[in-house]
Amino acid sequence: MGEVFVALIDYLPLLLLVLAYLTGRFVERRHYRSIKRRENETLSQALITSEVLESDRVVRSAELAVGSVVVSVDYFKRVLGAFRNIFGGEVRSYASVLDRGKREALLRLKESHPDADVFLNCRLQTAALLNQQGRGSGSVEVVAYATAVTFGK
Amino acid sequence: MILTNVESLPGKVIVEHYGLVQGSSIRAKHVGRDMMAGLKNIVGGELKGYTELLQESRAQATERMKTQAEALGANAVINVRYSTSSVAQGAAEILCYGTAVRVE
Repeated sequence: MGEVFVALIDYLPLLLLVLAYLTGRFVERRHYRSIKRRENETLSQALITSEVLESDRVVRSAELAVGSVVVSVDYFKRVLGAFRNIFGGEVRSYASVLDRGKREALLRLKESHPDADVFLNCRLQTAALLNQQGRGSGSVEVVAYATAVTFGK
Repeated sequence: MILTNVESLPGKVIVEHYGLVQGSSIRAKHVGRDMMAGLKNIVGGELKGYTELLQESRAQATERMKTQAEALGANAVINVRYSTSSVAQGAAEILCYGTAVRVE
């Protein structure tokens, strides 16, 4: 019993790595499924980065809409990222996390105003959250904001 | 009070400008949330505790900006911008600013 326990402690980092890989992949796939479904549902709401509304329809209301999410990189991807730091180049394991964050923030922006027809001047910004030691903790906040315009019926 | 992040208010006419108004809020996360986030950091995915914390903080900064605009006699704030920065050791500042105007 004691030997098994000692072996478990020895291999803990490796176990964590495998656990993080499996759960991280599961979480990511589930999230992408949800993102794709919701993106299809909100296709009729247009996101525009320009400030000018090129339409002669009557505007019924215009107000600020905000969507935000904090996503974190799993342990396995952080280890991959650390290896990438040695050789340099694109960190592809982080890219999918940030992609999910951005798409989720935009979806929440749209879902906060389900009646809006157009979102003007869409802005995206990211901020890294620091841990107690003041270093990047691998979690990022993504904020999307825009002016939600609803046309008169 | 209507807010937009464009230079006008679609469907309305701006009759008076009152200048810059701003609101900010600095929040620290509490230990319980931090420990949960630490565990969640292993498996990845959304950190709901932090999402809510930053949303509350952003709402408060926006509310402070609105109060300032109301005091000036404005009924709308245009060109609203947000910015976030991590002020060392687990605290984040959210800043919200815009131009207070009167619209008709």
